[in-house]
Amino acid sequence: MSFDLSAIAVFAAAIGAYWLLPARTRGWALLIGGGATLFLLQPRLPIRFADFVLPTGAVMLTVAGWWWTRAPNQPATRQDVLAVAILAGTVLLLALNRYLPGSARLTPSRPPDMLTLVIGIGASTLALYGVWLLTRRMVSPMARIRPLLLLIVALFALLKTEVLAIAVAGAWRGLAGQDVTIASALDLNWLGFSYLAFRIIHTLIDRTSGILPSLSLHAYAAYALFPPSLVAGPIDRADRFVKDFDALPMLARFDADRFARGGARIAMGIFKKFVIADTLSFGLSLNAVNVDQAVGTGALWLLLYGYALRLFFDFSGYSDIAIGLGIWLGVKLPENFDRPYLRTTITAFWQSWHKSLGDWARFYVFSPLTRAILRRERKPSSAVIVGIGHLATMLTIGLWHGVTVNFAIWGLWQAAGLYAHKRWSDSTRRWYRKLSETPGRKRAWTLFAWAITFHYVALGWVWFALPDVGQSIRALGRLLGIGW
Amino acid sequence: MTWRALARIALKTAILFILCNLIFVFTNGMTIVERLSLYNLVVPGRARLPYGENPAESYNLSLDSLPAMLASHTVARPKAADEYRVLLIGDSGIWGWRLTPDATLSAQLTARDLRSADGRRVVVYNLAYPIQALMKDALILDAALAHQPDLVVWFVTLDGFPLDKQTYPPLVARNAKGVRALIAQYELPIDPRDPAFVDAPGDLLARSIVGMRRPLADWLRLQLYGVSWALTGIDQAIAAEYAPLASDLDADPTWNAIAVPRPLTPSELAIPVLGMGEKLTRAAGGRMVIVNEPIHISRGANADVRYNSWYPRWAYDSYREGLERACGERAWTCLDLWDAVPADYFTDSPVHLSPDGTAILADALIPIMIPKG
Repeated sequence: MSFDLSAIAVFAAAIGAYWLLPARTRGWALLIGGGATLFLLQPRLPIRFADFVLPTGAVMLTVAGWWWTRAPNQPATRQDVLAVAILAGTVLLLALNRYLPGSARLTPSRPPDMLTLVIGIGASTLALYGVWLLTRRMVSPMARIRPLLLLIVALFALLKTEVLAIAVAGAWRGLAGQDVTIASALDLNWLGFSYLAFRIIHTLIDRTSGILPSLSLHAYAAYALFPPSLVAGPIDRADRFVKDFDALPMLARFDADRFARGGARIAMGIFKKFVIADTLSFGLSLNAVNVDQAVGTGALWLLLYGYALRLFFDFSGYSDIAIGLGIWLGVKLPENFDRPYLRTTITAFWQSWHKSLGDWARFYVFSPLTRAILRRERKPSSAVIVGIGHLATMLTIGLWHGVTVNFAIWGLWQAAGLYAHKRWSDSTRRWYRKLSETPGRKRAWTLFAWAITFHYVALGWVWFALPDVGQSIRALGRLLGIGW
Repeated sequence: MTWRALARIALKTAILFILCNLIFVFTNGMTIVERLSLYNLVVPGRARLPYGENPAESYNLSLDSLPAMLASHTVARPKAADEYRVLLIGDSGIWGWRLTPDATLSAQLTARDLRSADGRRVVVYNLAYPIQALMKDALILDAALAHQPDLVVWFVTLDGFPLDKQTYPPLVARNAKGVRALIAQYELPIDPRDPAFVDAPGDLLARSIVGMRRPLADWLRLQLYGVSWALTGIDQAIAAEYAPLASDLDADPTWNAIAVPRPLTPSELAIPVLGMGEKLTRAAGGRMVIVNEPIHISRGANADVRYNSWYPRWAYDSYREGLERACGERAWTCLDLWDAVPADYFTDSPVHLSPDGTAILADALIPIMIPKG
């Protein structure tokens, strides 16, 4: 099952049942739902058992994330033990699908046998525990979390770098006795890993800075595996999430306002994603095939505008659905989009496009990096620091989409835009204040700034939409009327 | 927001939804919608009828609504005063399988900038449609005659003639009402109760927006692919590689489940469908020419048994004789171009021509486009 209309309908039905449960069990239901969602939405993978092993890995990473981020001297409580038991029970119960006929299975394919699964989970747990034992006495908080942080970053790099992913898929296929020659990066299509990783990294780093509240495994796992935001975000913050989570038992069972607000958001999201974005995908948006088929510069611009709109409606539609489902579950997920294409500067664009990822990158890439540079004895100029900060942030966001030259160039493109805007706004502050005195000129400037911003972003999407540098350069040339 | 307010919204939504559906049913909404088109208005009309097995790559799709298909075609544009309008009817060979829109027969003929006897510009429209069956051609012709043709050129080949295959094309089967009307009006020897016909349910639900969601979705997709058509000029995904025709053939003389060679009888062939087309065209004030489409003539092994993988010699020769006889007896204008194109100019089927092969066919057709005197 993928995150499509039928999955949304199943979610909605499950949420209906959720509100019929006793109030005190809502948190536990979220925990079970999160664990199960990992398996149920996981696409079927060609490597034997991979589509069961990867979600199991996600559950284990979640538990490891909690273990590593426990507050100092925070003991494991009976509630934590119960949470481990529930998560393990969910995995093992789903593993029983092995004994069901294919048509009756909830998992994407036949799970591994119970003994292998238990041995695998046990061995992995022991390995992680061993690493934790080795590092727990370290003085530096960063050194303590580093092993798990490195593991997550390594998994990221592995999944997002095609060569590495193919190599690992090939090795895994070899172990499974399958044809290694057809190994593909898609063999490791791990549902929800990206957003789970963002959440775990956030908690790990916030633990080192001491701002992460003390979380039970129950709350931590419900946060990390919150079903609506598992596939496409938004990336919530644990400290914010836990407030809603703790309030769940107090929420009224039948709340018309909650139902209406959530329903309206879901309806809006479905319209954006399944009507507008999917309509634009009917060859009306730029892709690697039609970029070379366009009959002229005007046609290519229309395809590019189509792509820009499709990307927005697709992604913000998914965000709306996630936020709506979240409201239905009693959790207010953060907003992710705020009319980004109406912004008049690239900085404002990035403050309104995929906001939760932008905030994450600002907190965990831009700020630590610029702070680290500022701590150096020989500091570069503030312009250089900002430039380095933007570069690192946007490269991180670009490479998160995939370790390719095009995504790296896209990141550089955005960083260059942000840097240029920063320099421009610093040097034109007085002029801009004066502009406000003449409303007509200000309106004209605003319109011009919007056009520049939108087209800069849109041209950047060329790198994003196309897989190859040569094709992207050719497309950019043609958009400017060169190379026909 | 209260549950009462939500219930009111739900009730109003339901009433509005039911009302829209009822209006759609009682105004026969589908017949209105399928005549609306972005083509020739917002996006250029298509150069050939929509047909696509792979919509994502061809920006084209196959649908059942003839009005929608014709509304998307350039033929739906008003006829200019100085235009001599020629419609081409036929199968995938004339539609232009593996040919870009500018390489099809209609495009090549129009590009020759011909003038009719009275000095009008000859503009040729491609109304051919893949799959061989004369009834499919006649159905399209019947709908297309509203567009004031001066000349209809109907390309035929043996595989379009078997009476037992006339209802096989989905376009025919799913336009059962129109086909049955033609069968009844022209007393065609086709069984109107043929199980291949797909009858649209007549109940209210089936005629509502809900019941018509599939044709409505097809219509909408056709409009959307119009934008892709405008931006790319592509209406067919043409694979670079294809399996060329075999020149060595099996010695099997079977055709249409007839294993023992014998003359084909008139009762086996859909000659009356051609007659209906001729009458329809004449009634619309046009002229019709029937052209026996060029076929691939193999020179390899067993070429003495078969012309190509489709046609054994006995069946094809018998068909040609029958067609010639029918044309003579009924005073139809016919042109037998069966061997007009050399074997090297065919691509992946015995009737699919390369661009150069299409040019040869176009040259052969010029005399009928601009008849002297």
